[in-house]
Amino acid sequence: MARPTPRPLRITANVLGLVAFVLAIFPVYWMINSSFLPRREIRNPVPTWVPFGGNLDNYRTVFETDQFVNALKISLLVTGLTILVSLVFAFVASVAVSRFRFRGRTTFIVALLVIQMIPVEGLFISQYKMLEAVDLLNTIVGLSIVYVAAVLPFTIWTLRGFVSGVPYELEEAAMMDGCSRTQAFFRVTFPLLAPGLVATGVFGFIQAWNEFTLALVVMTREDQRTLPLWLTTFADVNRGTDWGGIMAGSTLIAIPVVVFFLIVQGRMVGGLTSGAVKG
Amino acid sequence: MTTVDNGSAPRARRSPLPYVLIVPAVVALGLALGYPLVRQVLLSFQEYGLRQQFGNPPEWVGLENYRELVTDPYLWKVTLRSIVFCLVNAAVTMTIGVALALLMQHMSKGIRILVQAGLLLAWAMPVVAALTVWQWLFDTQYGIVNYLLTKIGFDFEGHPWLLEPLSFFFVATVIVVWMSVPFVAFTVYAALTQVPEDLVEAAEIDGASPTQRLRHIVLPSIRPVLLVVGLLQVIWDLRVFTQIYILQKAGGSTHDTNLLGTLIYRLGIGSGNFGMAAAVAMFMLVLTVALTAPYVRAMLRQEGED
Repeated sequence: MARPTPRPLRITANVLGLVAFVLAIFPVYWMINSSFLPRREIRNPVPTWVPFGGNLDNYRTVFETDQFVNALKISLLVTGLTILVSLVFAFVASVAVSRFRFRGRTTFIVALLVIQMIPVEGLFISQYKMLEAVDLLNTIVGLSIVYVAAVLPFTIWTLRGFVSGVPYELEEAAMMDGCSRTQAFFRVTFPLLAPGLVATGVFGFIQAWNEFTLALVVMTREDQRTLPLWLTTFADVNRGTDWGGIMAGSTLIAIPVVVFFLIVQGRMVGGLTSGAVKG
Repeated sequence: MTTVDNGSAPRARRSPLPYVLIVPAVVALGLALGYPLVRQVLLSFQEYGLRQQFGNPPEWVGLENYRELVTDPYLWKVTLRSIVFCLVNAAVTMTIGVALALLMQHMSKGIRILVQAGLLLAWAMPVVAALTVWQWLFDTQYGIVNYLLTKIGFDFEGHPWLLEPLSFFFVATVIVVWMSVPFVAFTVYAALTQVPEDLVEAAEIDGASPTQRLRHIVLPSIRPVLLVVGLLQVIWDLRVFTQIYILQKAGGSTHDTNLLGTLIYRLGIGSGNFGMAAAVAMFMLVLTVALTAPYVRAMLRQEGED
């Protein structure tokens, strides 16, 4: 915007901007603040705004519950398995879509876009029945199967953008220098895709780490809970008695997501709307 | 990120390679989504309740589940509630998001960075963590919202926010909007920076007022983005499950606050009536896929497929 903004408009915009900032940030700040407060201050009718003299008791409580450690383990395993499988599958598929013209390609792309929008609530009943039939309810493999399917469409769609972003001429040049097509791809294009693989991998992490609905459906047993499930049950039991502990748990779950999200945010926004933004 | 193909990629040489490459993805999707979908269609035509859980074979009842659904006033109530909730949330989110994006153009640089940082943090919060925090904020006894409202002169001491359905949905809306505004604001702001400067200037020279410039130049040029973002909001807000489910556990009548997602869950996993749950799920799928069509079209336009 090169034109100067008129003063009254600027002041209004700034004031409203500050209001938006406070509204956006306050819950996050309050979560962290409360996580450091001892119980008597949490239950004090006059709120404590800054956790001076705060302590780590709430975090200690969380780590001392076996369920948290167990849920952390399950979350890490499910998330890791999901990322690994979906990245490999998505990578080869995205190469097919962006480096080849083949019959059925458009159908495949349209299918991905439609599947990406399917609400899990629309299918979880029969996914539950399916996993039940093959004895995969309450297993890491079972949950990972439905997670892979959930993240795969977006992962392919995004990786496809990264592969197309590497000019095919580079590969052609390598082929002219005597590389085979496969060699050219792996020596020239593949190294350039590392950032794309990292970004989509992180996206898969965020999805699987945060997911609640499918975990609720698939992991019905207490000892198979993922972190989000653990947090809600922890909150159920302690509501009104231990908000500090609940906030400590929330903070612990949020930290890796926030860090990763800030890293890949810019790349991911493009994925969902690039068609429209470019017109 | 460029997504435009450069056209020199190898043309169809009838090579089987691309098919081999998409096989893993197709198999995974077919197994985890395609097969359940087929099964669900069958399930929705069957009587599949508690008796079947104990080994009785499912009974083929044709359209009976659907007939029962169509004549069930409760389902219509829940559907209507879901649609109203979805539209209200999408509208509020779009209004605030677009307004913020427009305002961001006129803020001082420092304030804008502050706003963007705040939005980014809110956006990054995991949904369960956000939900527990908001419950804590709205807590009946020690919640800061009640404290502040009482402090400025209203009587909100010990006010139970989740008890009344309307108030329950108000809290749910606050949470959904808080989580969704950042995506809208960032995307629309990105689009706004692409609006050609000279167009706006030309209109200004021709004597167009700021409001006229907004209505006739700026908004039309970001129309495609607004459409896609708005559509995504509608699709996402129609399927809202986690927020409602968790708030329901925290208090409030399930019967009066069910939306389609929680209704399916409670019918199927909750009470073992899988046939009916499958029928409602099919209804929800059809509704979403219908809404998805314009989104897919917009995305493909840029792909340059024909």
